[in-house]
Amino acid sequence: MANVTHVKKSCAVNPLKMSQPIGAALAFMGLNNCMPTLHGSQGCTAFGLVLFVRHFKEAVPMQTTAMNEATTIMGGMENVEQAILNIHKRANPAIIGIASTGLTETKGDDVDGYLAAIRKKHPELDELALVYVSTPDYVGAFQDGWAKAVTKIVQELAEPGEKIAGQVNVLAGSNLTPGDIEEIRELVEAFGLKPIILPDLSGSMDGHVPDNFSPTTLGGTTLAELRSTGASEFTIAIGEHMREAAQTLQDKCGVPFQVLESLTGLDANDQLMSLLAQKSGRAAPNKYRRQRSQLVDAMLDAHFYIGGKKIAIGAEPEMLSAIGHLLVGIGAELAAVVTTTHSPLLEKLPAQEVLIGDLEDLELRAQGCDMLITHSHGRQMAERLNIPFLRMGIPMFDRLGAAHQVTVGYRGTRDLIFTVANMFMAAAHEPAPDDWRQPVADGAECGSCASTAAH
Amino acid sequence: MDALSKKVQEVFDEPACGKNQAKGEKERKKGCTKQLQPGAAAGGCAFDGAKIALQPITDVAHLVHGPIACEGNSWDNRGAKSSDSRLYRTGFTTDINELDVVYGGEKRLFKSVKEILDKYDPPAVFVYQTCVTALIGDDIEAVCKAASEKFGKPIIPINAPGFVGNKNLGNKLAGEALLDHVIGTAEPEYTTPYDINIIGEYNLAGELWQVKPLLDEMGVRILSCISGDAKYQEVAYSHRAKAAMMVCSKAMINIARKMDERYQIPFFEGSFYGITDMNESLRSIAKLLVEKGAPADLLERTEAIIQREEATFWQAMEPYKDRLQGVKVLLITGGVKSWSVVSALQEVGMEIVGTSVKKSTLEDKQKIKELMGEDAHMIDDMTPREMYKMLKDAQAEIMLSGGRSQFIALKAKMPWLDINQERHHAYAGYSGMVKLVQEIDKALTNPIWEQVRRPAPWETNSVPSAEDSGLSKTTTPSALSPEPSVLGGLSPQTSVLGT
Repeated sequence: MANVTHVKKSCAVNPLKMSQPIGAALAFMGLNNCMPTLHGSQGCTAFGLVLFVRHFKEAVPMQTTAMNEATTIMGGMENVEQAILNIHKRANPAIIGIASTGLTETKGDDVDGYLAAIRKKHPELDELALVYVSTPDYVGAFQDGWAKAVTKIVQELAEPGEKIAGQVNVLAGSNLTPGDIEEIRELVEAFGLKPIILPDLSGSMDGHVPDNFSPTTLGGTTLAELRSTGASEFTIAIGEHMREAAQTLQDKCGVPFQVLESLTGLDANDQLMSLLAQKSGRAAPNKYRRQRSQLVDAMLDAHFYIGGKKIAIGAEPEMLSAIGHLLVGIGAELAAVVTTTHSPLLEKLPAQEVLIGDLEDLELRAQGCDMLITHSHGRQMAERLNIPFLRMGIPMFDRLGAAHQVTVGYRGTRDLIFTVANMFMAAAHEPAPDDWRQPVADGAECGSCASTAAH
Repeated sequence: MDALSKKVQEVFDEPACGKNQAKGEKERKKGCTKQLQPGAAAGGCAFDGAKIALQPITDVAHLVHGPIACEGNSWDNRGAKSSDSRLYRTGFTTDINELDVVYGGEKRLFKSVKEILDKYDPPAVFVYQTCVTALIGDDIEAVCKAASEKFGKPIIPINAPGFVGNKNLGNKLAGEALLDHVIGTAEPEYTTPYDINIIGEYNLAGELWQVKPLLDEMGVRILSCISGDAKYQEVAYSHRAKAAMMVCSKAMINIARKMDERYQIPFFEGSFYGITDMNESLRSIAKLLVEKGAPADLLERTEAIIQREEATFWQAMEPYKDRLQGVKVLLITGGVKSWSVVSALQEVGMEIVGTSVKKSTLEDKQKIKELMGEDAHMIDDMTPREMYKMLKDAQAEIMLSGGRSQFIALKAKMPWLDINQERHHAYAGYSGMVKLVQEIDKALTNPIWEQVRRPAPWETNSVPSAEDSGLSKTTTPSALSPEPSVLGGLSPQTSVLGT
């Protein structure tokens, strides 16, 4: 059980955290024919856009209300209206997802009020779905923005209805890649169930080459599916931060739910299998029985390399929890742990201490660790620490294939274990003649520790 | 804010800017930035611009005062290279929280400066203002002044919050901050008649280092580059240069002009891209220095170097000349890069079928006209959809642009080359031009184009035989799903940045 502490310093150095609005924007990107829009200065959007382009290696639809000094002080009603009209005219999306920023929250823009007024004034927009979510930059982190957006989407768009047999909602957490979502869809469908996945980045950000050009998202959860979530028999929320959205859906449409903390690891997937078997009334397909067996075998083969290893990890709570539990479950130790925001998951982590802090904090604590796990911004510290560096999370701008990194399911877990174990194998120390010689008595370190540290 | 709006007005009034001078009084007051259109805007803010302009100063701690978005979403994402300190790649931000918004963030800022000085001991800290902290009235100038006095180190306020305008304005406000607080505050150990400043060169991908060996050979010393691979001290004593070259036409014109006024450092506008421009730039540097009293043999030395380099270049071009003759290029970039790259590509026989002039000055446009003829296809504001169509219809064979529009070309299955700030290759000087041509050739002749354009087996009636299909990788992921439609189970899907 971990002790959760907030770092006491004024200046964040080498941020691990990203802001809420772009978390919300990415959630909106998982909706079909949608234009994510930030209500703020154009830089708020530009930074997020560049970040996602570099991560996904994809064109990214994202707009801005382009607030300036004067409009901020006068209030952004006109800019929100203009933005909606312009986007409607130029891109004609089915949904515009608007997230506020630090700028417009500091001013205190009442965007819900604006939208009501705009609705009244512009009946031509009746067909256009508008979802607004409040996401000040100076509160919370990326995954909070994602969670708030998903909650707001179901609150606004889900419609209660007669239950459709076999239809289940899957609320996907922000740590899941398009590849993960593709895997989850297959899993659910294998039990004969029909999943509505929200948000569904597997359709929009999976890096395919379309036959046509579109300025909005093409792929993702459709508006009809969003409405239909209220008629599903059941909701599976993947990730603790999806709980509120699931709860909202239950309150509004009476769809019962279960939260699965993660889909990485043997236990997590056993739970999913039981749940799907129970909901579908079908036994687990042979394919997954074999995959489970392969995962067990992978754990057996890999524990030699992972056991006893010290891990330094910097990640948002959901990813931290999923990867942390997996590696500790194979004998590794979470020796240095830094995260971005509060979550009930943190206290349950199998680590001494969890810091809400930045990569400077992680680097200080990572001395003597055997592996660094964080997003691409860890590259500078990995070089300084000279230890293997596993890139996970957003942004991943210095490697290809971020969208297809799969770590869910028996199969995804199996592959992740192999990746980690292989990195340890590649960094293994070749025995040298002086490895076992007693050091001269000037330090507490033993010879073998010193030689490990040299790698 | 009053001082800031005065500063913005002053920057808008830039007398050395050709575009500005062509306007009427009233229009000039409105500023050089086109009013941004909500829902149809793209591009960075003033803070972004200020950071781009100054972050290449390598040994300074760049501290962003604001919420996490401004630094957390963007740090360490630019390609400016350093020959020494790597402090400039460390992300520093006050990461203000809700309480700071309510009670003010000045105390946190002050303490942050102290923490940075204690831990990293940089020669200076640059403090960047952002929208939220500007809106709540944090006076970063006062905090920086107090911190400078207390800690005895230059703590420099960079007052360019995002919402005052676009990137270009931010570039200029950053220049103003250097003029007000940095330039002229130190003295170099010694000076020579060959000392120059290079203004507006950021050493992206190490481009300054493609040019520096030639300057070294000429005997010219870069006293200060603003700001590529610069040290704080170098910028501080840059006022002792004999002459200056201004590289990026609009970004830092105010620095060049005001240094001319204040310190009598004459400048010229030049470019390191393309053979003609490179020749011109070396000549201009030599000429200005000689005018300022350097021995005249510098001119001959320079000519000799130019002749040698040009000969080497054309020799290196031999294998490419035929292959690239008449290749149609779509060039989407801004400002100075348009005309300098146009001339560069034409030198090797390529045909420019269109170039963007969105960020270009009137002068830039005039230059493009001279180069491409009166019917030059200048695109003021091309939508992604139009670019896509132009490529898809093969009106252009390759697109050269910035990273954000690369997918327009790639999704049209057309070659693309990055020529903006995130690029990985250096294209300056004679060697850079060879590299650019090699990269274009590499992109055009890559064997993937024929493969990726081939239809999938289910899109044709005659299923191709195993030999001539090669390993087609065009299968979409959901072709694995139980219900493949004609398009492989997926409707055509993509997403491209704002229209």
